Amino acid sequence: MTTYASPIGSSLKRVDGPGKISGLEKYAADYYPDNCLWAGAKRSDHPHALIKKIDISPVRNLPGIFAVLTHEDIKGANRVGVPEMDQPVLADCKVRYKGDPVVLVLAENKTLLQEAIDKIIIKYEPLPAVFDPEAALAENAPLLHENRNNKNLLLGGKVIRGNSIAAMSECDAVVEADFQLPWQEHAYLETEAGVARVDEEGILEIIASTQTPWRDRNELAYALGWPVDKIRVIAPYLGGGFGGKDGITVQGLLGLAALHSGGRPVKMWNSREESFLSSTKRHPGQVHYELGCKNDGTLHALNCRIVLDTGAYASLGGPVLALAMEHAAGVYRIPHALIEGFSVYTNNPVGGAFRGFGAPQVLAGLEQVMDILADKIAWDPLAFRLKNAVMRGDETGAGVWMSNSTAIIPCLEKVQEHPLWTSRQAWVSQSPPFKQRGVGLAAGLQGTGYGPMVADIANAKIELLSDGRFRIYSGVADMGQGNNPTNVQIAAEVLGQAAECFELIQPDTLQTLPSGSSAASRTTYSYGNALKAAALQLKERILTRACNMGMGLYAEDFLLSSGRLNHLPSGREIPLGLVAASMRPEERVSIYSYTAPVNRYPDKINPDIRAAGFPHRVFAFACHLARVQIDELTGEVEVCDYLAVTDAGKVLNPQLYEQQVQGGAVQGMGYALWEDFKLDRGELMTRNLATYILPTSMDVPDILSIAVETVEESGPFGMKGIGEIVINLALPAIANGIARAVGQHIFKSPLTAEQLLLILEKRPAE
Amino acid sequence: MKIVFELNGIKQEIDCLPDSRVVDLLREELGHTGTKEACGSGECGACTILVDGVSKLSCLMLAAQLQGRSITTIEGMSSGKKLHPIQQAFVDKGAVQCGFCSPGMLMATVDFLQRNPAPDRQQIRTALSGNLCRCTGYQKIIDAVESAAAEMRDEL
Ligand code: FES
Ligand code: FES
Repeated sequence: MTTYASPIGSSLKRVDGPGKISGLEKYAADYYPDNCLWAGAKRSDHPHALIKKIDISPVRNLPGIFAVLTHEDIKGANRVGVPEMDQPVLADCKVRYKGDPVVLVLAENKTLLQEAIDKIIIKYEPLPAVFDPEAALAENAPLLHENRNNKNLLLGGKVIRGNSIAAMSECDAVVEADFQLPWQEHAYLETEAGVARVDEEGILEIIASTQTPWRDRNELAYALGWPVDKIRVIAPYLGGGFGGKDGITVQGLLGLAALHSGGRPVKMWNSREESFLSSTKRHPGQVHYELGCKNDGTLHALNCRIVLDTGAYASLGGPVLALAMEHAAGVYRIPHALIEGFSVYTNNPVGGAFRGFGAPQVLAGLEQVMDILADKIAWDPLAFRLKNAVMRGDETGAGVWMSNSTAIIPCLEKVQEHPLWTSRQAWVSQSPPFKQRGVGLAAGLQGTGYGPMVADIANAKIELLSDGRFRIYSGVADMGQGNNPTNVQIAAEVLGQAAECFELIQPDTLQTLPSGSSAASRTTYSYGNALKAAALQLKERILTRACNMGMGLYAEDFLLSSGRLNHLPSGREIPLGLVAASMRPEERVSIYSYTAPVNRYPDKINPDIRAAGFPHRVFAFACHLARVQIDELTGEVEVCDYLAVTDAGKVLNPQLYEQQVQGGAVQGMGYALWEDFKLDRGELMTRNLATYILPTSMDVPDILSIAVETVEESGPFGMKGIGEIVINLALPAIANGIARAVGQHIFKSPLTAEQLLLILEKRPAE
Repeated sequence: MKIVFELNGIKQEIDCLPDSRVVDLLREELGHTGTKEACGSGECGACTILVDGVSKLSCLMLAAQLQGRSITTIEGMSSGKKLHPIQQAFVDKGAVQCGFCSPGMLMATVDFLQRNPAPDRQQIRTALSGNLCRCTGYQKIIDAVESAAAEMRDEL
């Protein structure tokens, strides 16, 4: 008998590694079906305009052009979106941002496609447009969507605890600041892509780079007027997602194209520029903070006003706002709070889901205000956070009950004792000539799962194959975070198998079961719980069957190992295939449905905000530290050292965990320092990777990661989500470091060299 | 026009428009979809291939430039079943997440380690700075290149 090491907690290699590094793994972008047509959209070049006339005559009869489609060719409701279905597949009466698709062209190749798109003429009647969310809230602002009671307000609401107005006057120190947060582009390397076709039986089959195959299927049925049971969506491994593929990207256009391609397959693959133009972004925000404390260091009152620009369509702008409000008081007990939120339509590109989902915007503000307030009462910034940090059972200032594992205090303590923190004064004083140094930190949290109003359900399915191997039917798309390899690890643990004993089916609405989106730090938490239970059930069936077959008396006498069943009393080894052969096919398939627990408390929250997902029950926590060095001559900021201490429960796979920490921190650094998404009256100024600057390998340091492993009882093997908490704190930690170096906070991000130079120039020479 | 070149050791003779991009030729005509495109304008490195052993961006190359050359794509990186030590290191060290940057990263690494078999981390960071990765934060890629370099030196 071979000895068996438990895979949980080990850095089991990702099963998707070999396929990906050999170039053999097929992403949605890699499908080129025989005889396929290329589809592409003519997009609006007006931010807000009525469509007067679409002239497709110049292209209709061009050689190589197969079809030219407008909204009139759409049989269904021509609207996609969740929860608000307000986004047309092809614009009908009007366009609402520069980038709205108006005409869809199907052509024999990419070149002809582009030529045709350029030749189409659309006559518009421009309408007054609005680009600033505050202006969009004004009484007489141009309306994006007619017939909405709330006009341009997509979602608004308040969280009120105690009396923050009165309490603010009881404070010994109060700090107020206004923050401006930018758009952030997901910039996954695989731009939106997919192929589609309608087969002989009328099944519309779409292979797409999507985080949400099941939701897509429902939306497509409604928008295109095609029966839901005749739509199949398949999600291969994604070339990145980060929230940008949380919903329909090209699927609506692809589906429409396939319904008009005479049975030929169609392919769409956005160019980088089209991706920048048409994809959702992190919501830009204007966040006002007023925070007060007593001289003894206790936080006492918070006023916060959050305005998010959701752009032309709702996308997930409502839930993103709800999460921003939920995370707005961070990890602190604050008895009195007023948190107001507004998610507003404008004629800008669409804001949507992006890793962190509203939390990065508010934590950027709160954590800087915390530093300024600490300075004001002459407290150490870390001690000040420790003094106010929540423990399990507490409520945060936003009224969110910390009912589950809560280890922000251990996270803060790890930073407090770390050399990067304890030696900070020495490090700062050793600053080289023409450089200024500072050390900053920030703390925060991130909810796992969907919140109270949308059931967070995962349906796992695992099968014992007739040859004794296992097949896992993944319910949740893997955009790179490694949830599917982690599924193997979980099943391997329960069933005592080596990773090689498994094969994986990627999410496919025909073969696998609905398990929700790849989002909200929930993939491994929710699907993992379901899979663990399904695997346990299968294990029991295998053991019972072995007893039935007379191979032993008691199920507990057996041990499952790779491809075998060991009967311990006799030392006999039974090949799993033998047991499998005596089981009926349906018996070899185990299904389990898991629903994540919700926080039903408190009920006093504004119902609209609650309906958008406030509050969560399970949270991950973190404290990040950044040591920054600013070049006095160029204003450039270098992040010299970076420490991320995380409580995301038990670590199932240290290597995958670190991948999330490192990748998230660096994406956060991009948000903090370089990713400057620029628009001029709805016109995109940063259209490619030459003007929108992503961090490169030269720009970032190694990230030091420390895991504070609490046991989250509700998570599989004690884990909770790691995917998003990792991005939330780079901006405030770096901003606080910069402020300590140059003596001044910058409230507008990204924290560009340009802004730094202005500050440095104003400073009197030493 | 007809062009003749070698792709992963195998002679190819194909008829194509002289101005078609090499990345399209590989992916659409020759079914080699391991080479990725992520920007189409020389900014990301995802389309990196080796031309006579030197890394080149296939989105900026035209088919005519392949005439008489020998090119290597990710599909030709390992010989037979055994992974190339750099590929193995990428898997072992966790350098792969979504994997869309990986083929280009690997190609760039092959070229780089030929020129500098014993690099330090900073040199690796500089060498790979033309290859964007949105998932990993680069750290484990640097780890993998460092470890592959050591492994390959031992083999010599
Ligand atoms: S696709 Fe060639 S450099 Fe980006
Ligand atoms: S692993 Fe996803 S871009 Fe590098």
